[in-house]
Amino acid sequence: MTDWEDPIMHDAAAPPAWVSLAYLIAGICFILALRGLSSPESSRRGNRFGMAGMGIAVVTTLVTHEVASLVEILIAIAIGGAIGFVVARRIAMTAMPQLVAAFHSLVGLAAVLVAAAAFLNPSAFGITGADGLILPVSRVEMGLGIAIGAITFSGSVIAFLKLNGNMSGKPILLPVRHVINLGTLAAIIGLIAYFTTDQSPWIFWTVTALSFLIGFLLIIPIGGADMPVVVSMLNSYSGWAAAAMGFTLGNSAMIITGALVGSSGAILSYIMCRAMNRSFLSVIAGGFGGDAAAASGGPTIDRPYKRGSAEDAAFLMSQAEQVIIVPGYGMAVAQAQHVLREMGDLLKKEGVRVKYAIHPVAGRMPGHMNVLLAEANVPYDEVFELEDINSEFAQTDVAFVIGANDVTNPAAKTDRSSPIYGMPVLDVEKAKTVLFVKRSMGGAGYAGVENELFFRDNTMMLLADAKKMVEDIVKALG
Amino acid sequence: MDFISILSIFVLACFVGYYVVWSVTPALHTPLMAVTNAISSVIIVGALIAAAAAGVPGAKWLGLAGVVLASINIFGGFAVTERMLAMYKKKERKG
Repeated sequence: MTDWEDPIMHDAAAPPAWVSLAYLIAGICFILALRGLSSPESSRRGNRFGMAGMGIAVVTTLVTHEVASLVEILIAIAIGGAIGFVVARRIAMTAMPQLVAAFHSLVGLAAVLVAAAAFLNPSAFGITGADGLILPVSRVEMGLGIAIGAITFSGSVIAFLKLNGNMSGKPILLPVRHVINLGTLAAIIGLIAYFTTDQSPWIFWTVTALSFLIGFLLIIPIGGADMPVVVSMLNSYSGWAAAAMGFTLGNSAMIITGALVGSSGAILSYIMCRAMNRSFLSVIAGGFGGDAAAASGGPTIDRPYKRGSAEDAAFLMSQAEQVIIVPGYGMAVAQAQHVLREMGDLLKKEGVRVKYAIHPVAGRMPGHMNVLLAEANVPYDEVFELEDINSEFAQTDVAFVIGANDVTNPAAKTDRSSPIYGMPVLDVEKAKTVLFVKRSMGGAGYAGVENELFFRDNTMMLLADAKKMVEDIVKALG
Repeated sequence: MDFISILSIFVLACFVGYYVVWSVTPALHTPLMAVTNAISSVIIVGALIAAAAAGVPGAKWLGLAGVVLASINIFGGFAVTERMLAMYKKKERKG
């Protein structure tokens, strides 16, 4: 380690000005990458900015450090790059929530590895003081980096398993879980504080182990339908982990990126919570709802309802002036997006105006439905968000609900005792006719609430698998 | 850089992030998550530093492992974002 006893290495402010500028430019590229997403037209250019920024950051790092192992590094990049590229090519669009969760776990684990490497070889990171010990402020940053990274990792692994169906979407509730969680959290914070006075390895590794544990404990009690919030939250954490490591390295690209990603995830979590009318804390506390798709054998229904056939649905929609399609998670599960678009095309040929209405929490991650519809070649200017289309239901002939449930429940507006009271919902019941595709009458939505809509006079239930039903409607239309 | 300059960059970047993310159209929230995933892998900078340094083999191998993980994310994240964004098309206006 004598090579690194150079005094310059002890001071993170030492690199030449162009290096700091290069990292700053990388950071600006990342800002432009997100900025591009303000509209689909500019989005691809934005993505290119992101790639350029990453290239600048990597090259700058390699040319400004004495690289003792360039071959190994290039091999490592090639291996990782090949895996990432193949996965990105092959993944089905319906599996996007799992993929994003898996990617989050990798960022978390990478942050843990970097923090651990910095702990083992602090002089390479320029974070040692004159006494050869790690600077106290760097110890806090490292401690936070490894804690957030480890939470991101184990939390994302659980989220992945739940989204991928390897683990039940039902919440797993440990007794006194709040006490365990708060205790673990307090222990982590206490140990990081103690770490500033004592640089012993056991403290560092205990923080790591406890953080892995709490990531796991935090996510297991959260139900499948709350996953949009969880995925967004983990997105945010992965950003804060990168920012914490950026503080350790005094690297502006990492700090800017961390702040961007951290706020992005936080805002998405907020949007998701607002769309469910729930507080962030109540989601994190967990225990709410199981898996809508897995729910079955609910209360036996003996109230009268109207049941229709595919032919009835085809007739009603072909006679309509405007049809609004409301997709939900069930559409993703049934992979019905392509045949749904076919149905839309046939209706348009008949002169019907077809629009799509998306609730912010439809699906398992923010924007999930939009991606699936885009995949099925539905033009994005036919797809509308809740607040933009809700007033139109009153002038609509047919609302076609497929795979969505709670987000259409009028009880959210009227029934104060309902668990979903106050949640913004799509006003589908205002349409002249509501066609509601559902596998069977049993089984309520994720909130376990019966949907008043099923029994309305203007509702016709289409009981079948979503994909099968739409296929039959397409046949009847064609 | 001293702590206060770093902190200033961080706080200002949080504000930039706040405004930029609110301007993202909800239709692109999934690509937003994929791309933020890719860019948060800028943590590869730390992994590269650890992997490049001579002296401590343990740190070097941890760094190399970090480089592999971050690369999966960088290539995978940007590629999947590109794939998704290519699917968003406007209505074809017939002549």
